Amino acid sequence: MSSARRARDGARPPIRLLRNLSSKLAAIPMVLVGLGVFVGGTIWTIVHSFTDSRLLPRLNWVGFDQYERLWNTRRWLVSIENLAVYGIVSLVLTMCLGFFLAALLDRKIRFEDTFRTIFLYPFALSFIVTGLAWQWILNPEFGIQSIIRGLGFPNFNFDPLYNPDLVIIGLLIAGLWQGTGLIMVIMLAGLRGIDEDIWKATRVDGIPVWKTYIVVIIPMMKPVFVTALVLVTSGIVKLYDLVVAMTSGGPGIASEVPAKYVYDTLFTRQNLGQGFAASTMMLVTVAIILIPWAYMQYREKRQ
Amino acid sequence: MTAVTPRGAKPQKALSPRNIMLYGALIIFSMYYLLPLYVMMVTSLKDMAEIRVGNIFSPPVEVTFQPWVKAWSQACTGINCDGLSRGFWNSIRILIPSLIISVSVAALTGYVLACWRFKGSEVFFGILLMGAFIPYQVLLYPLVIILRELGLFGSLWGLVLVHTVFAMPINVLLFRNYFVALPEELFKAARVDGAGFWGIFFRIVIPMSLPIFVVSGIIQVTGIWNDFLFGVVYTRPENYPMTVQLNNIVNSVQGVKEYNVNMAATMLTGLVPLAVYFFSGRLFVRGIAAGAVKG
Amino acid sequence: MTNSISIKELKLAFGAVTVLENLNLDVGQGEFLVLLGSSGCGKSTLLNCIAGLLDITDGEIHIQGKNVTWEEPSKRGIGMVFQSYALYPQMTVEGNLAFGLKNARVPKAEIVQRIARAAEVLQIEPLLKRKPGALSGGQRQRVAIGRALVRDVDVFLFDEPLSNLDAKLRADLRVEIKRLHHKLKNTMIYVTHDQVEAMTLADRIAIMKGGQIMQLAPPAEIYNRPVNKYVAGFIGSPAMNLIPGQLDAGRQHFDTGRGMAHSVQGYDFSSAPVSGPVWLGLRPEHVQAGALAQSQPVQVDAYVDMVEPMGSDTQVWAKVGEQDVRFRMDGQAQVAIGDTIPIGFDPARLSLFDKKSEARL
Repeated sequence: MSSARRARDGARPPIRLLRNLSSKLAAIPMVLVGLGVFVGGTIWTIVHSFTDSRLLPRLNWVGFDQYERLWNTRRWLVSIENLAVYGIVSLVLTMCLGFFLAALLDRKIRFEDTFRTIFLYPFALSFIVTGLAWQWILNPEFGIQSIIRGLGFPNFNFDPLYNPDLVIIGLLIAGLWQGTGLIMVIMLAGLRGIDEDIWKATRVDGIPVWKTYIVVIIPMMKPVFVTALVLVTSGIVKLYDLVVAMTSGGPGIASEVPAKYVYDTLFTRQNLGQGFAASTMMLVTVAIILIPWAYMQYREKRQ
Repeated sequence: MTAVTPRGAKPQKALSPRNIMLYGALIIFSMYYLLPLYVMMVTSLKDMAEIRVGNIFSPPVEVTFQPWVKAWSQACTGINCDGLSRGFWNSIRILIPSLIISVSVAALTGYVLACWRFKGSEVFFGILLMGAFIPYQVLLYPLVIILRELGLFGSLWGLVLVHTVFAMPINVLLFRNYFVALPEELFKAARVDGAGFWGIFFRIVIPMSLPIFVVSGIIQVTGIWNDFLFGVVYTRPENYPMTVQLNNIVNSVQGVKEYNVNMAATMLTGLVPLAVYFFSGRLFVRGIAAGAVKG
Repeated sequence: MTNSISIKELKLAFGAVTVLENLNLDVGQGEFLVLLGSSGCGKSTLLNCIAGLLDITDGEIHIQGKNVTWEEPSKRGIGMVFQSYALYPQMTVEGNLAFGLKNARVPKAEIVQRIARAAEVLQIEPLLKRKPGALSGGQRQRVAIGRALVRDVDVFLFDEPLSNLDAKLRADLRVEIKRLHHKLKNTMIYVTHDQVEAMTLADRIAIMKGGQIMQLAPPAEIYNRPVNKYVAGFIGSPAMNLIPGQLDAGRQHFDTGRGMAHSVQGYDFSSAPVSGPVWLGLRPEHVQAGALAQSQPVQVDAYVDMVEPMGSDTQVWAKVGEQDVRFRMDGQAQVAIGDTIPIGFDPARLSLFDKKSEARL
């Protein structure tokens, strides 16, 4: 406002566009990123998913061909299935484990800070580091399998990274290790936000602690759970680095995920149209999850 | 994360069944979380002969730092055999400008949204926030085109730009919410005192907002350092950040696997964010909680 | 040039919501004007418009004869003091006082001089090197006043400056502000919801409600001749008794409808009296009870419902017929719940309001 105004006569209203000029100039990055990259980029990708672009993007329309091909590709179907299994299990376990750990920490324990530091530190590490560390621990020749066999169970088998049926479990062990700390912290913040008088009241009423959590505390923490849910879900859709580091999608294509399918299609197989169709499907998935949530938030705000 | 006092029932006497169960559970979970760090550490301090015969959990019989030296300066990726140090310095060269630019842009945008709203500013903010939920894969290729048009594709500056773009939603939100909570009368007083847009930003708002800059900085340091996808897509091999180089070293199919070197390399890559985490402590927690809860 | 501030047909709207409309206000040179009202009445909003912190929708604002409707706040020749003090926490007291002057590129020597003068007037010299965090509430507010003082302006704007202070400090600073005004003779506009501040400080009070000025008058007039029922109820503590009934203009009687008729002879009607439903306003402190009632033109019996001895006086809740009446007695008065005592009043001190328009009759 200042510079544009200073020059003028105080009796006359300023020109609309020049009002708040500095602030409008400072907002340019936001406008460019929001409109140019987020909106523009999304539209561009969606539009090009209806073309037969291969090495270079071009506007040669083929309708829904790319989508048809996509849903007839075994690797994509495996990717979707993997993501669904990983997503649902990881969602349930992350929420349960995160809440459980937060509840433990909330019980007026000693060394709370130490335990919290331990549970949360993996979150500071990248998925690449996480994946490589667990790849080593799960290594059948040296890791857990060989140690338990050495303890006198020669028939013990646990080699998730080399077994197509178990590979998702391997990813889950590493993914949960990295991500539960965050949910724990959010849940802990939620628990700390609950009025202490509630606890006093339930003690006076003689309700056992576990029942207080289920009947009183968890219902009160609904917004926190919703936030955690959205967070975990949007993280799951992005699942990529961990797979690359741990299994590279293997054995075979047993641990492929959509994000990796998109990357490989775009940048190594140079089949752009197909990659755009796959990424558009990812966007649709996120939208299906987020739009009801956004609507709920909006409705709550209006009330 | 404002309330920090423990809640719930009073502590009972030390060895009650309740306490045994409580601390037992905590210790078992702690082992799960500490295990990888421990295994990485002991593996990286053994030589290969010991690894082949021994147990990954046993501490090294003979401590050797050779794997660390090798990981840092000799490990091979493709034809280059100058170790992870190359990736480390690349990551530093990516990190510093990305950090400065992304935090500055986010702070300034948050300031506009909090203190100098104009018609439509909230709409743009809404669009920006939506961007936080778009899967990166949707935007990967459009950004390739944008960077190519700008002549930045493959360069470090291209990656800096990408980090700045994707950091905006969450960091702008963080700054905006912090600035909105500053007393409005302070802002009015500064206007009566003749300070304008920039004067208020630099003289009043920034000096009052150190904590949020630290929080945003922590988010950015760990986020940029840990990035893999953007590093792979937007840089050439000679500019690969540390994570990408690490993955190439460990998952390369050629040669004999040197697990001790791999683990040393993995730990080296994790050191920077771990250091940030341990030194920033509560601010880190506050950052991810604030960023996450409101995101 | 007699007016320091002149507001013409001011309108402020946020989208479809109109906050202030058709507002006209002239403030004389050196006048102390208090904007009084409950929260949400628009008093602070009006002050912000005068300061230039809000862009108005329509109308004009003149300060010292200059049209400043679209002028920057810092160029309007005003100083402003805020409720939360709004001191810059990272600067010392000296830095706070100097900030505006530096922005205005006042020469350094003059800045030092002006700060010294303001510090002397407000007796904050020992605090100059400290930061606001190390000051008490009262000291902070002094510094905040100092920040307006150093600007060397004609108009001071106060936005509820004492609301964050405890009762004792509030009383002290109130007196100090009055002294300051007496000494500086600046025009001051002072927003508050506290009627004691308004009554003690103001040359004139503007009582606001719903974005409009209900009454603009000196304190005594507001107290004695409130223009409507709202103002009557707002000013005075305990609040004025407001008793519904019928006015018989011919016989100059007020009738509560239960066989109780009281004379209003001696009441100073603003215009020719009309019969009809009215509110009868009677301030608790204008009721005389017990032996004193005999000297009053109108007398009735009251049944004592509740007694609150306050030390200096005793507040009594009583029923006259069906009507609740509150009044004050002497602190030593011997009165108990269940007593029936005579009370009396002088119709000249009443306020009568039309039932429908609620305007003074």
